[in-house]
Amino acid sequence: MADFDTPVLKEYPIIPLIKKGSMAHSKPYVAKPDIQAGVGFPGELVDNWQEVGVKKLGELVSGSRALQVFLDTCVKCGACTDKCHYYLGTSDPLNMPVARQDLLRSVYRRYYTFAGKFFPKLVGAKDFTKDVLDKWYSYFHQCSQCRRCSVFCPYGIDTAEVSMAAREILDTVGVGQKYCNEILGKVHKIGNNLGLPKPALVDTMEGLEEDIKDETGIDVRVPVDQKGADVLLITPSADFFAEPHIDGLIGYAKVFHQAGISWTVSSYASEAANFSMFIGSNENLLKTATRIRDAAYDLGVKRIVVGECGHAWRVAYSFWNTLFKDMDFLDKKYPMPSHICEVTHDLIQRGALKINKEANDHRRITFHDSCNVARGSRMGNIPGGQFIIPREVIKACANNFYDMAPETIHENTFCCGGGGGLLTDDLMELRVKGALPRMEALKQVVDEYDVNTFVAICAICKTQFAKTLPYYKFDMDMITSLHQIVGDSLELGTND
Amino acid sequence: MALDVGGKVVETDEEGYLSNRDEWSNEIAKAISVAEGIDMSDNHWEVVNFLREYYEEYQIAPAVRVLTKAIGKKLGKDKGNSKYLYELFPYGPAKQACKIAGLPKPTGCV
Repeated sequence: MADFDTPVLKEYPIIPLIKKGSMAHSKPYVAKPDIQAGVGFPGELVDNWQEVGVKKLGELVSGSRALQVFLDTCVKCGACTDKCHYYLGTSDPLNMPVARQDLLRSVYRRYYTFAGKFFPKLVGAKDFTKDVLDKWYSYFHQCSQCRRCSVFCPYGIDTAEVSMAAREILDTVGVGQKYCNEILGKVHKIGNNLGLPKPALVDTMEGLEEDIKDETGIDVRVPVDQKGADVLLITPSADFFAEPHIDGLIGYAKVFHQAGISWTVSSYASEAANFSMFIGSNENLLKTATRIRDAAYDLGVKRIVVGECGHAWRVAYSFWNTLFKDMDFLDKKYPMPSHICEVTHDLIQRGALKINKEANDHRRITFHDSCNVARGSRMGNIPGGQFIIPREVIKACANNFYDMAPETIHENTFCCGGGGGLLTDDLMELRVKGALPRMEALKQVVDEYDVNTFVAICAICKTQFAKTLPYYKFDMDMITSLHQIVGDSLELGTND
Repeated sequence: MALDVGGKVVETDEEGYLSNRDEWSNEIAKAISVAEGIDMSDNHWEVVNFLREYYEEYQIAPAVRVLTKAIGKKLGKDKGNSKYLYELFPYGPAKQACKIAGLPKPTGCV
């Protein structure tokens, strides 16, 4: 493992002094040609990469008014400089959002603005050189596209969009990131990020049914490819594989069971995640999402419910309506799509779940807002529903709940440090350092309220915290799926 | 990258996962475990062997829960949990044990 020092948790957060180039060495593994081929990009740096990259940049800017506004309007006010968790954790000034944007903005100015074409030095315009390309690869893979900076930008400039554009240009010239692109290739081929084939999925789900039976004495089904079920559950494949994710999946199963809702997962679309968003690729985004639409159609379900995954919910909530042409086969009584937290919340409101809150009395709980849920989507039919509903669900199922500091939750939430396609072992230093602001906020509620349970609704957040909590001397078991809290409180069998 | 196993060169990827699964042998597993700083006990071997058997059948490493259950059956209930597996493989049973077993790295949000 890379050699680095874990930041020290201070009594209160301090904006660090800059350390130039302190993360210049950080870059993820580059995708090999076979991985690039799986997502439709050149296998290695193409000969005329400069020309290809500049042309792609022009296409992206002319195809997106938003991107052009983001590149044109920055006035260098500095409001974003201390808002990025990676800057706060690494002190590298190129991790200030404005500096990160400028890596791309300077190239845009050089080739696509009058001043930049004729007086480049006066306006900070730069040639697209190999050195610039390398800097892009490094620093656009130090942005988790969490959009916290955009909340504080007076112009609403969204660094995530800039970072997605940069990654798409990198892919187009043949320099892709191994982690994201290998995963996307597996989704196209097998149906999920893990590469979990149907027989293994079925075996795993049967094992879960046994476990729930052992634990509760009740037969709770975890069905795969059940035609005619009412609900298709789309969830991150980490829910089938990892801990604490799988305890969340057990929670969904218990909720559906007690509410008497027939449901299924699909072996064809066994993945909620859509890493295409992280690499800014519309073609891959559509191709990945279409599997879900097709599975819903083939299984004949009435509604689609999305499990605990941050960016999947953003893709579903914000993009499905424009990606999918024909969804008329679904039952219009239900919101399309529905988040599992909305489903559970609704059932609680209607008194359809029997809950024993005391079952969670050993837990003192706080909740981490995942960035793509907090800043890229909504839940329910009220503004801020994405903050209210998960907390209401927790409070309905448990007695001890304590929020972290207001400047670190809701739309101000800090990224876990592993989002946006950075949840890979080769970026561990960045991930640990980027977790710092969240760990500082967590420490405060641990010290003040003895919080011992750290709940999240995103597979990336859960894995990232399971890995990084121990670096900050917290127990890795603190990280818990929201629907484990729900599942543990349900009195199964009492409704039958 | 490459690994030197008793004078024989074995190809691995950037992260030390075996390039060709069929090349795997106990000696290679031993060499990888040394690089990982793990002293292989019988219980380590139980995990590695189970991973290989499962992979043979399903072409994928088992879910953590499938693994803990199987190990609980083999080594006793008190060892059928991820805490024990983390004691054996501190970097995480899924990734580190797969590496020693010569299997590909589990990908995704795991």
